[in-house]
Amino acid sequence: MDLENKSGSNGTNERYKSGVIPYKQMGYWEPDYVPKDTDVIAMFRLTPQPGVDADEAAAAVAGESSTATWTVVWTDRLTACDLYRAKAFRVDPVPNTGAGTNTEAQYFAYIAYDLDLFEEGSIANLTASIIGNVFGFKAVKALRLEDMRIPVAYLKTFQGPATGIVVERERLDKFGRPLLGATTKPKLGLSGRNYGRVVYEALKGGLDFVKDDENINSQPFMNWRDRFLYCMEAVNKASAATGEVKGHYLNVTAGTMEQMYERAEFAKELGSVVVMIDLVVGYTAIQSMAVWARKNSMILHLHRAGNSTYSRQKNHGMNFRVICKWMRMAGVDHIHAGTVVGKLEGDPLMIKGFYDVLRETHNPMNLENGLFFEQDWASLNKVMPVASGGIHAGQMHQLIHYLGEDVILQFGGGTIGHPMGIQAGATANRVALEAMIMARNEGKDYLAEGPKILDDAAKTCKPLRAALDTWKDITFNYESTDTPDFVPTPTTSL
Amino acid sequence: MMTNTDSRLTQGQFSFLPDLTDEQITAQIKWALAHGWAVSVEYTDDPHPRNTYWEMYGMPMFDLKDPAGILMEINECRKTFPRHYIRVMAFNSERGTESPAMSFLVNRPANEPGFALDRQETSGRTQRYSIRSYATDKPENERY
Repeated sequence: MDLENKSGSNGTNERYKSGVIPYKQMGYWEPDYVPKDTDVIAMFRLTPQPGVDADEAAAAVAGESSTATWTVVWTDRLTACDLYRAKAFRVDPVPNTGAGTNTEAQYFAYIAYDLDLFEEGSIANLTASIIGNVFGFKAVKALRLEDMRIPVAYLKTFQGPATGIVVERERLDKFGRPLLGATTKPKLGLSGRNYGRVVYEALKGGLDFVKDDENINSQPFMNWRDRFLYCMEAVNKASAATGEVKGHYLNVTAGTMEQMYERAEFAKELGSVVVMIDLVVGYTAIQSMAVWARKNSMILHLHRAGNSTYSRQKNHGMNFRVICKWMRMAGVDHIHAGTVVGKLEGDPLMIKGFYDVLRETHNPMNLENGLFFEQDWASLNKVMPVASGGIHAGQMHQLIHYLGEDVILQFGGGTIGHPMGIQAGATANRVALEAMIMARNEGKDYLAEGPKILDDAAKTCKPLRAALDTWKDITFNYESTDTPDFVPTPTTSL
Repeated sequence: MMTNTDSRLTQGQFSFLPDLTDEQITAQIKWALAHGWAVSVEYTDDPHPRNTYWEMYGMPMFDLKDPAGILMEINECRKTFPRHYIRVMAFNSERGTESPAMSFLVNRPANEPGFALDRQETSGRTQRYSIRSYATDKPENERY
């Protein structure tokens, strides 16, 4: 009796005899399966427990992330169970792992899920299957969700980014250059009045946005309402002082949805163009805020607070590119996605992959950048990536080279820590940016000539000279942990 | 007088740099044309940040391939409106963008008086803000 091949029926008596049989024999392993255009496909990096073969581990992951439990149940036969079973259809050894290497054997397991396994427009439902029970499953020693292919049919059930890059630029009247931002520092402790001072100075000096940090909500030193009032005073005053649209990401993250809506409504009432939430509020709260933002013509900024707890280690958790995909579906307009050159984790090739997921209408498969699937974005708006963390004006050529034009460059310390003050810090960044964009458009080899372009621009801009002198030697040269599997040599941040 | 950096309106891609020379403008137009973007010239004497629709100095130049022709339009516009703000815009018609791709100033009035911030105090310490250009207190074409 061939237990592995029972398509088109509810199986046989043999298959459904009470007891425990391998997942492979339960129908979760179908090496000949050709995924349908409407299937959700997930690709996991799998480290099987010793003695468990890779195919069986992959089948187990397929089983536990779809219909299976540990034992045979007769109630499967009341359903179209062949359809609902996820199917592991491909297992490849991961390059540079296993015998002869320093890393235990890992496998890339491809699993297909029928569209009907998922509720429309619900990241919570999608993730409850894909990263639900399965990550604690004993048969796998470690498991990492590397990438997903979301079918167009499913994408079309999501709103997507409330505003998107194109409309954000139109609303802000800012084209052809990255946007500039800064996070107010110190992160915690400033009173509302002192906090707004930083916002005003930075915006008047030339930034487009200032930002609340992820952990600024409503603490004893500054009630949220005070912060909102002083920040909007600063935004409007700076806008009048420069004749430019300005904004401050007001963080509406709170303990309950009701409080978040209350804060967002107040931000709207005050005329803010943008509100902000943290990734830790959860997928459903993010989707709710995206719907609110669309309804109220508001840009929705997302700080990826918490992601590195599960995205950084290579063998377990999930890759940040999957978070990027889910957040584009969930509907945020901005997401922090790495700097390459700054203080936080980020391999250049991997970050290119994240940025492509956020900004392109279609991603071809690109293993070097960690994109394991072709992905059509079905006209979902584009998400603006945000680069922040340890970057400064002296790196402008590298930032534009790696990150392109549709990005928000956030210089927190690089603005507020400027020796001549916050306005001067902002001006230094803006001059560096405009000079570099001008040089790029003129066809110069701006990456190679970057330092000279900055030096030349600094001749008519003292604040830029001071910034270059202050931070000239500051780089963060650490090996990345999340690196590509498909390049011959490892890459490091410049 | 405006009190920000350089005492000037900071709209557009290059407002923090010295005014662009004709040569520099030509280089930027070349960049736009190389991408297949249509270039247009727009002018206004109401530089309010929310004034989206500046007057068009002719239609966007969809079929012009020579930057010199566009520079000529810019210079004609400057001659006609020497004290207006003039900007060059480039339009990207590619699927997924279909929106302006560039915007930079090529002319500005000698004196830029800037903007007033009007406040109306309402309940709960909330204020209603509006930004008003000092120049727009005068009628169109008499402002600068």
